Amino acid sequence: MKVIVAIKQVPSRDSRLRVDGSGRWIDPTDLTAEINEPDAYALEEALQWKEKHGGEVVVLCAGPAGATQTIRDALAKGADRALHIEEENLTAYDSLRLAELLAAAIRAEQPDLVLTGLQSDDLGYGQTGVILAELLGMPHGTIIMQTEKTAAGIRVKRELEDGWFQFVELPLPALLTIQSGINKLRYSTLMGIKKAKSKEIKALTPAALGVTPGGAAPLEKLYAPQRGKQSRLIEGDARKQAAELVEILKHEVRAI
Amino acid sequence: MSSSDGILVVMEQTRGAWHKMSWETLAGAQQLGGGMPVTAAVLGHDVGALAAELGGKQIAKAIAVDHALLASYTADACTAALTQLVAAVQPALVLLPHTYQVRDFAPKLATRAGRVLVSDVIRIEAAGDGFVFVRQLFQGKLNGDFRAAGAGPHFASVQAGAYRVDTLAAGSAPVETFAPALDAAQIRARVEEPFRESARAVDLTAAELIVSVGRGIKGRENIGMVEALAQALGAELAASRPICDNGWLPMERQVGSSGQTVSPKVYFAVGISGAIQHQVGMKGAKTVVAINKDPNAPIFEIADYGLVGDLFEIVPALTEEIKKHK
Ligand SMILES: Cc1cc2nc3c(=O)[nH]c(=O)nc-3n(C[C@H](O)[C@H](O)[C@H](O)COP(=O)(O)OP(=O)(O)OC[C@H]3O[C@@H](n4cnc5c(N)ncnc54)[C@H](O)[C@@H]3O)c2cc1C
Repeated sequence: MKVIVAIKQVPSRDSRLRVDGSGRWIDPTDLTAEINEPDAYALEEALQWKEKHGGEVVVLCAGPAGATQTIRDALAKGADRALHIEEENLTAYDSLRLAELLAAAIRAEQPDLVLTGLQSDDLGYGQTGVILAELLGMPHGTIIMQTEKTAAGIRVKRELEDGWFQFVELPLPALLTIQSGINKLRYSTLMGIKKAKSKEIKALTPAALGVTPGGAAPLEKLYAPQRGKQSRLIEGDARKQAAELVEILKHEVRAI
Repeated sequence: MSSSDGILVVMEQTRGAWHKMSWETLAGAQQLGGGMPVTAAVLGHDVGALAAELGGKQIAKAIAVDHALLASYTADACTAALTQLVAAVQPALVLLPHTYQVRDFAPKLATRAGRVLVSDVIRIEAAGDGFVFVRQLFQGKLNGDFRAAGAGPHFASVQAGAYRVDTLAAGSAPVETFAPALDAAQIRARVEEPFRESARAVDLTAAELIVSVGRGIKGRENIGMVEALAQALGAELAASRPICDNGWLPMERQVGSSGQTVSPKVYFAVGISGAIQHQVGMKGAKTVVAINKDPNAPIFEIADYGLVGDLFEIVPALTEEIKKHK
């Protein structure tokens, strides 16, 4: 069983974001990066599949040279090898173009299962996995909270809205977009980190994969949103804020 | 039934019940319309009554896309049926509500048409020979404008709450039936009946006061501090998704699109950024109090009272102050 898991590196969650000079993306200065959260769960699910059913876990990442940090970390957790599509400017691709890039790399590998996170914390399109499935001709399941191998393929638990779920069975090869919380993430061990150093990271380029940047619906402008409603801010040190809020809760909101 | 300058709205229903976001999307199409005819379609089996209901809105046409293989949702059947419908209607723009179901098939539908879906948009403007779509990036910290120019069909899905249902205009429109050609062999997924996890042990929907904790709390060991605040207030404890994902609080205390929808008198959001999937579960609260160290956190968009600062200082101070007044 060969599992490919597509992962992306995004700015760390607590980052202060500033729009750069082009007005189209954020200024990367002083930003630290981390694996996109749902992708971390997708990686964990892939590793658990290998532990249960054998085979190989291949990590696929499109991103700048600095993304090797996230790739190495995935190898340290137990992935066998990696494909790195080196591209400094991912925002030059729209969702379809980017999926074409990933699809070209995946086709050559002929996997049994492809996993992605359900959406990225930066662009938040929530589309890459589903577009990939269409391009690869695979059936797919989205927002997946459980997976299980069956005689016919794979049985997955889809998260629906409002606390509803649904089981769906798909033939393999298939693509799943993984929801955060599907499993318990592991930490990398010292041994894992050491082993990762000798694991293969194969470099690929968009040109070699036959995909050019561009797209039909480009991001034109990035900006801080105008807040529609202004909260009434309660100022001062914590003690003063607490006292004022309690006054408000008592006399204006009448909740205590 | 071609109308290449129009908007096609794909409504969502499950076993005869509308998804509320469908109406919001239709209201958005009406507002954008300004002369552009709006066609609204509903997919399923025996959906004539729903289509008739659509016909009572101010639109150009209602269409029942009817087939036995659309009775339960699959991405394969839905994509095949809509591909045929879009080819027949030839709209300039296809609008869908950004529901979990739409997330499942719309990228596939757009890809099959060789197009790009602009997902989860909060505003749409007609601009020149195309559209500008505004959507959130970085979990609501920044907005981005996306331009789709030239010949349609363009595809966009609309975020929950982007348009108001109460602006929806009534009218009278003809109702048609569209019978797509579908083949059971096209459908690769074998779907089972949707279900709810065992009856909810915790019902937050009736709570008067809710103290809800988010990732700002940093670790399981700190949950007790927020629990103490809830206790002092006599409030129910709730959480954002990551807290439940990490197992720091049980799933049934999760508020949001995949958790519970609550409408308390006061909702205290402690260390919660206010992502849209969280907001949809709590924006019905009468009063929202947000405690967050980031003054630009999206939660302040919907908070009535904002305490900008470190929750590790504010929460204990607040607990103490409330105890004094009780
Ligand atoms: C399909 C789907 C379904 C989802 N369903 C849900 C759902 O039902 N419910 C839900 O909640 N989410 C849901 N999510 C996840 C959602 O998108 C967000 O990721 C999540 O709500 C973020 O949780 P958070 O606000 O606790 O964490 P974060 O976004 O990480 O925010 C933490 C906040 O804490 C603040 N903070 C940090 N330290 C401190 C401090 N010391 N003092 C004060 N403030 C501090 C930060 O400024 C930040 O604003 C869903 C996502 C998807 C894609």
